[in-house]
Amino acid sequence: MFDLVGSLLMITLAAGTSLLYATLGEIFTEKSGILNLGIEGTMLMSALTAFTVSYYSGSLILAVFCAALTGGLLSLIHAIITVTLRGNQVVSGLSITLLGTGLSSFLGQRLGPESNGFTLFGLNAHRFHAIEIPLLSNIPFLGAFFHQDILTYLLYFLVPATWIFLYRSRYGLSLRAVGENPRTATAMGIHVMKERYIYTVFGGIMSGIGGAHLSLAYTPGWSENITGGRGWIVIALVIFAAWNPGRAMFGALLFGGINAIQFRLQASGTNIPSAFLNMLPYLITLVVLVLMNVSPRMQRRFTAPGALGRAYVPEDK
Amino acid sequence: MNNQPPLLKMKGIVKHFPGVTASDHVDLQLQQGDVLALLGENGAGKSSLMNVLVGIYQPDEGEIFLNDQLVDIHSPADAEALGIAMIHQEFMLIPNMTVAENVILGKQDLPLFPSLEEVENKILDISKHYNLQVDPRAFISSLSVGERQRVEILKMLYRGAKILILDEPTAVLTPQESEDLNHVIRRMTSEGKSAIFITHKMKEVMAFSNKVQVLAKGETRAVKDTAKTTPEELATLMVGRQVLYNIEKEPFRPGDIVLDVKRLSTRGDREHSRLKEINLQIRQGEILGIAGVAGNGQQELAEALTGQIPPSEGSITIKNLDMTGKAPISYINNGVSYIPEDRGAMGSIGDMSVGHNLIMKGYRKAPFINRGILQKQSIFDFVHKLIKNFRISTPSQETQVKFLSGGNIQKTILAREIDACDGLLIAAYPARGLDVGATEAVRQEIVKQRDHGTAVLLISEELDELIMMSDRVGVMHSGSLLCILEGENIQRDKIGLVMSGVCPEEDQ
Repeated sequence: MFDLVGSLLMITLAAGTSLLYATLGEIFTEKSGILNLGIEGTMLMSALTAFTVSYYSGSLILAVFCAALTGGLLSLIHAIITVTLRGNQVVSGLSITLLGTGLSSFLGQRLGPESNGFTLFGLNAHRFHAIEIPLLSNIPFLGAFFHQDILTYLLYFLVPATWIFLYRSRYGLSLRAVGENPRTATAMGIHVMKERYIYTVFGGIMSGIGGAHLSLAYTPGWSENITGGRGWIVIALVIFAAWNPGRAMFGALLFGGINAIQFRLQASGTNIPSAFLNMLPYLITLVVLVLMNVSPRMQRRFTAPGALGRAYVPEDK
Repeated sequence: MNNQPPLLKMKGIVKHFPGVTASDHVDLQLQQGDVLALLGENGAGKSSLMNVLVGIYQPDEGEIFLNDQLVDIHSPADAEALGIAMIHQEFMLIPNMTVAENVILGKQDLPLFPSLEEVENKILDISKHYNLQVDPRAFISSLSVGERQRVEILKMLYRGAKILILDEPTAVLTPQESEDLNHVIRRMTSEGKSAIFITHKMKEVMAFSNKVQVLAKGETRAVKDTAKTTPEELATLMVGRQVLYNIEKEPFRPGDIVLDVKRLSTRGDREHSRLKEINLQIRQGEILGIAGVAGNGQQELAEALTGQIPPSEGSITIKNLDMTGKAPISYINNGVSYIPEDRGAMGSIGDMSVGHNLIMKGYRKAPFINRGILQKQSIFDFVHKLIKNFRISTPSQETQVKFLSGGNIQKTILAREIDACDGLLIAAYPARGLDVGATEAVRQEIVKQRDHGTAVLLISEELDELIMMSDRVGVMHSGSLLCILEGENIQRDKIGLVMSGVCPEEDQ
């Protein structure tokens, strides 16, 4: 029994890792008032980049770095369109997702070595392995927390760090102000455009690392549509977490757990269809959205950033 | 005093906007301890000039000197570093943050992890010193408008403002709160700080300032010592001609009851503006004025009486028809006209032509429509008639409404609503933000309707307007209609007293 729970928890944490990276990033982006629906495409492109770089260079550090760069560049496009040109954020984000989906499929069939017919399918590359922390990993079932790869361990520090940054530091204060009311933020001496660029690109970098975790750790290798809709789960998770990194962690565990159970069920051959489990995260998000808006008290605690999704036009052009 | 070098000097400020010159070589001087009133009508260039001073706008020409030193102000942060701060009409506060968080927001010299407790203590010190009561831990969203203004002032004092600019500070305050604000400003100036306040109200100029600068059309008309001038002189300078402070209307001869409201209540998130058991009647040929600080339920009342928000309790009867819970179209068909508070968002559609805006109420009926097709000729004739009768100044019928001046947009709305009006007219702040000429035209038109037997509900924050036009005046406070003053009781100080929440016993 311990074994089953332990291994479920282990998969849960691994499955939640890519979700949590991207969610933390998107929380920062949305806190600055920019909605980026391009996560799915960004994660796909980054997963592809990470795997390709790892395959050819053999360096995991370089692979993660390039994946983050890819994520950063794609969201930079989003920032230019939505912050500077004040284009529609929904359209821009969706376009990036569609672009990323198509481009990653295409490149996946072109970037491989000649011996593999130029495709990346079925190749093996360097990947992240779980590192067991002595003693701690032997604790019954909590040991799963200490039997993870380095990217997951990094999150143990990133979650509290992002929380402190957002709610305790001066930078977090200005970030929240920019997303709540850019006009006020400007009047108080904050550079709204700069902040929006920084946090949109930061969100892309985090999605990029999340994408890298998929192709280098969770399901090592390249397959088309490797994200399987995780980018959309991230959008849902941000709402589920009510833009709070702490709650995002629980959300990622919950949504990752659904993923883990799915794995198990498939192996054990029960008759709960996987489509049902695939749907669950979105159903939960809908329930949260309803709850959020039903009672005024909840509404106050769980509100979206006031200026989310709206372009900011400075007064004096 | 005048021999000292000026604390602040703005020299030859020019600021163009597409099609308008907001500031045309304006000079301004401020001595330490001064309270300078910038007086002018809407569009005179007061706010633009001050936005240049705090770095929100960049001037096209001109220089700013502080203590005889030339300074460059490119952003609000630059202005703040020089001790210049502005309190905008629309408060610059984040509702989802606490008072303390708002006070330090964007401050340049914050430590990486600011201690909110220290900030809160310092806020309490300042608030004691200036008698500005505020709870530093309260969320802005839970504060009243008056409290929010106190937070704004506190914020600027906390951040070391030496010159405080206030844009129309009393527009949202009760007479009592305005008095308190005056005390705070006096306390500040007695300690060597200075203030500039933007206004178009003569009474405030006389009560608050020691110097007044009159602006019109982006130019300075005069700079006077407040003690050596009169409201009449200032008004003439501001408008460029003698101002009529009265309006002709026929004697009060009320007819049948048109509007009968009983125990009207509404639901709503905001405690202050939710309607609570409103009872009122308006008869033919009568103007019932509604006074009160904005946000105390006036908008809800207007919207409930035009069918836009359903009452949770009570009844609305118009011309003996029970209208409770009916849709807006039923109100329109029953002859109710509405001049809404926000003429851009609710009263007109900026991207549509003057003509289409004018038939927006009548387009469903003949002769404007025939078998579902709009009838060009009859629409043209109708629009032509209204533009002429209401003296709407527009290049053509096809001009988009957004290109008209505020006064002409309001005349367009007025023309449409008065033409369709049959019995009841509801007018919310009809003259807000209009220049003197347009204000007179709008007021006269409404009074004419009353003389012709229409029942009018007039919501306004200008006491003079209410006193001048109304036959009875009610005061709204926190969603309730406190009491209705009639005849000789319609006086400035009595209304002011009721506005602060006290209803004199004998009037009830």
